[in-house]
Amino acid sequence: MITENINLLTAIIAIVTASACALPGVFLVLRRMTLMSDAISHAILPGIVLAFFLTHSVSSPLLIVAATATGILTVVFVELLQKTKLVKEDAAIGLTFPALFSIGVILISRYSKNIHLDIDAVLLGELAYAPLNQLDINGREIGPVALYVMGFMFVLNVTFILVFYKELKLVTFDASLAATLGFAPTLIHYGLMALVSMTTVGAFDAVGSILVVALIVGPPATAYLMTDSLTRMLILSVIIGSINALSGYWLSIFLNVSIAGTIASVTLLVFVLVFLIVPNRGLVSIARRHIRQKWEFAQTMLVIHLFNHEGLPEAQEESEIAHLHEHLRWEPSFALRVVKNALNNRYVLQEASQLMLTERGRAKAQRALVQ
Amino acid sequence: MLDFFFLTRFDYTLMVVSIGAALLGAISGALGTYAVLRRQSLLGDTISHAALPGIAIAFMLTGSKTPLILVLGAAIAGWIATLFVVGIVRLTRIKYDSALGIVLSTFFGFGLVLLSWIQHQGNANQAGLDTFIFGQAATLLQRDVLTIGILGGLALLITSILWKELKLLVFDEGFAASIGLPTRLLDIVLTSLLVIAIVIGLQAVGAVLMSAMLVAPAVAARQWTNRLNLMVILAGCFGAFSGVVGTFISSSATAIPTGPTIILCVTFMVVFSMALAPNRGLLWNSIKQSRNRHSLKLATSSLVKSTSVNNRIEENDNRKY
Amino acid sequence: MQIQETKAIQVTDLTVAYRETPVLWDIDLDVPPGVLLSIVGPNGAGKTTLIKAILGLVRPAAGNVLIYNKPYAVQRKIVGYVPQRGSVDWDFPTNVLDVVMMGRYGALGWVRRPGKQDRELAMHAIEKVGMEKYTTRQISQLSGGQQQRVFIARALVQDATIYLMDEPFQGVDATTERAIIALLQELRENGKTVVVVHHDLQTVTDYFDWVMLLNIRRIASGPVEDTFTADNLRETYGGRIAFIKNK
Repeated sequence: MITENINLLTAIIAIVTASACALPGVFLVLRRMTLMSDAISHAILPGIVLAFFLTHSVSSPLLIVAATATGILTVVFVELLQKTKLVKEDAAIGLTFPALFSIGVILISRYSKNIHLDIDAVLLGELAYAPLNQLDINGREIGPVALYVMGFMFVLNVTFILVFYKELKLVTFDASLAATLGFAPTLIHYGLMALVSMTTVGAFDAVGSILVVALIVGPPATAYLMTDSLTRMLILSVIIGSINALSGYWLSIFLNVSIAGTIASVTLLVFVLVFLIVPNRGLVSIARRHIRQKWEFAQTMLVIHLFNHEGLPEAQEESEIAHLHEHLRWEPSFALRVVKNALNNRYVLQEASQLMLTERGRAKAQRALVQ
Repeated sequence: MLDFFFLTRFDYTLMVVSIGAALLGAISGALGTYAVLRRQSLLGDTISHAALPGIAIAFMLTGSKTPLILVLGAAIAGWIATLFVVGIVRLTRIKYDSALGIVLSTFFGFGLVLLSWIQHQGNANQAGLDTFIFGQAATLLQRDVLTIGILGGLALLITSILWKELKLLVFDEGFAASIGLPTRLLDIVLTSLLVIAIVIGLQAVGAVLMSAMLVAPAVAARQWTNRLNLMVILAGCFGAFSGVVGTFISSSATAIPTGPTIILCVTFMVVFSMALAPNRGLLWNSIKQSRNRHSLKLATSSLVKSTSVNNRIEENDNRKY
Repeated sequence: MQIQETKAIQVTDLTVAYRETPVLWDIDLDVPPGVLLSIVGPNGAGKTTLIKAILGLVRPAAGNVLIYNKPYAVQRKIVGYVPQRGSVDWDFPTNVLDVVMMGRYGALGWVRRPGKQDRELAMHAIEKVGMEKYTTRQISQLSGGQQQRVFIARALVQDATIYLMDEPFQGVDATTERAIIALLQELRENGKTVVVVHHDLQTVTDYFDWVMLLNIRRIASGPVEDTFTADNLRETYGGRIAFIKNK
């Protein structure tokens, strides 16, 4: 095959894989369960190995079935451990997946002398080989297995989300309400976990078990910085995932380094970039707003201070410009600037060395206080 | 004669490896106690993965594989990762778990990029850097064990010097601050101790399994005691014991990797402790529950009796008047 | 001319904001020595924040706090603190005596371990709250009321002049509530100043001699009989309060 063709195929596989992973990731991020994907991606190893021993094939569908079962088993394990009240949630996850992963590693190194399954591949994956493993039907190669598997997972994830959109939304934002309305949150929960397991095992070949977490968590978290709407977050996650995958892939070719690793690095880069520049919520706009609000806030403090002491015996002392900074513990220069701003905004009037509230200033104080 | 020589040589390697594993288990077990109590088990997982780019950069800068240099690189990267997590949680709406997930996977990915870059540079010295991913306890040398011992000993020393301050920080941070303890500084100290415990273990156990070395001994120890000092000591003992047993099991058979065997040993101790430990264990609890049910039955039946007695007395009283 | 008397706690023009939302607006509060003061207000009124600001645990945007005319940082040793019971993990591996002993840590200073004398002081405080039967009990095996008693014993061990307590009656049984209030009143008789964040409006007049009504700003503060009025309460709770038993 021509190299360009392979490059194109690899890029497409990367994009489809990233899109398939991003969809269930949205719900994991919103439900604060992202680390379950980390746990699942490691813990399904023994399931894969056992299925492999039975079938002697890396592309058998039984592998996906076994991995899904092990993934759900992991979730059940973690929940059972928590239910004993002897272990907190984080420790329960931290206990379960290394143990299962260890079993998988031992099985592989003990019995895999003459079979093609090594820990390197499972843990790290190799996207470059993905297009070479072609699906063979009646002796005709009809495209890479990975493309079919991940394409199927993408369609399955989209279908699940479309069919159970309302239920997923409710379970995500109010699980107890979902239960009282008869929406069976447990069923949706395990359905989602099954999808995560299946998507993870499908993505194994391409990116390995650690970097799949970057594909599952990265794009949804980035999208979460940009929008409040669930629908938009789902769409954005797929778009961001695809952009990360594509640019990461080309960058890795250019630099001649690990493909999956570069995609993960780009994921972090894009996350940080979005965090810095996204309108309204980004660091830049937060900082800008912060500066603006600092002066606004200080003026409000000033009018409230005057308002609180208005008409009281100590009012004269409290409204003395020269003493303001002492009362409010402000830098004298800061206090003077606030007073100047407040005078400009006609919140206060200066009479001799004292500040008096205007109607406007009094209204502002009252408004702030009833908030 | 040759046989004998070979045997002692072999035993010497095994001795070094098992001493290393024991030290490692003791240190990560003891310091992991604080991570478990602060619900930071998975921060440990993140730090151990995020250390990879630090190791790669340390090697790229110095071209050396001296354990101390690599450990230093790992520690710096682990710290930066922790700051990233804290920063993301504080400055954005992203929650703690997602922050951990992002930092864990992307830092690790960046480490892979650097490792593949190093490989393509054709530096002959680079072989073995990837042991930090999977861990290879069997490759522990005397100098590695020395590094583990010195750094770990230092960490344990700091823990014992600041014992009551750290205890108060973990139990009740607000109260600690109110009596004037610099809680932020102590937090940094405790996180640094966690980072040290992780990075000295990476070479032997690997990034993936390191978190279990922190979590499992502490969870097992918690079931046996209600005192912090005993918990730290017990967790250290459990960790050391698993290290030694795991090393021996894996050396007695062919093709059983050491790291995963150690993890399974310590997991077994967790299962054993959770099932059988007195007072907290599941078996103990079920016995206590059934006994409670029994005594509750007795109590209700006696209550029924006493109320009927009271009724009779009342009836008698009523009759009197 | 006003007579300048020493205030146990003097809060002036205190404003605290989390990010951009104000939690406390320009609070003034003078607490004379030897009073038992309750801070009362609806949820989100900033009661806990006020306590934390007095203790220097949150940084104010403006204003100042003085403890006997000096900043908190130098007066730390004469202030005892009881945080909300829910703020700690009671499954922490420690027992009653150990927690109470933590009250001595401030006096001990860095690195020094508590000794025999500290233990005796702790035992004395434990007896004071009636928990002497439970000294070696793991703290998760205590009832809510017992846990609260342990926290109060820890503050007693601090041997302070001023006590700040955040909701000490939250989730405790009636016996414990009576025992705690008796203890607080005894502290006041001994000239200590006690500030309590309180929820139950029904008991304010019975338990306390001073009250502060707070809802982001100070509505009123002073002796209960002058301050705890229907008008002030309405202003604090915004008409949400239907019925107050007036004694």
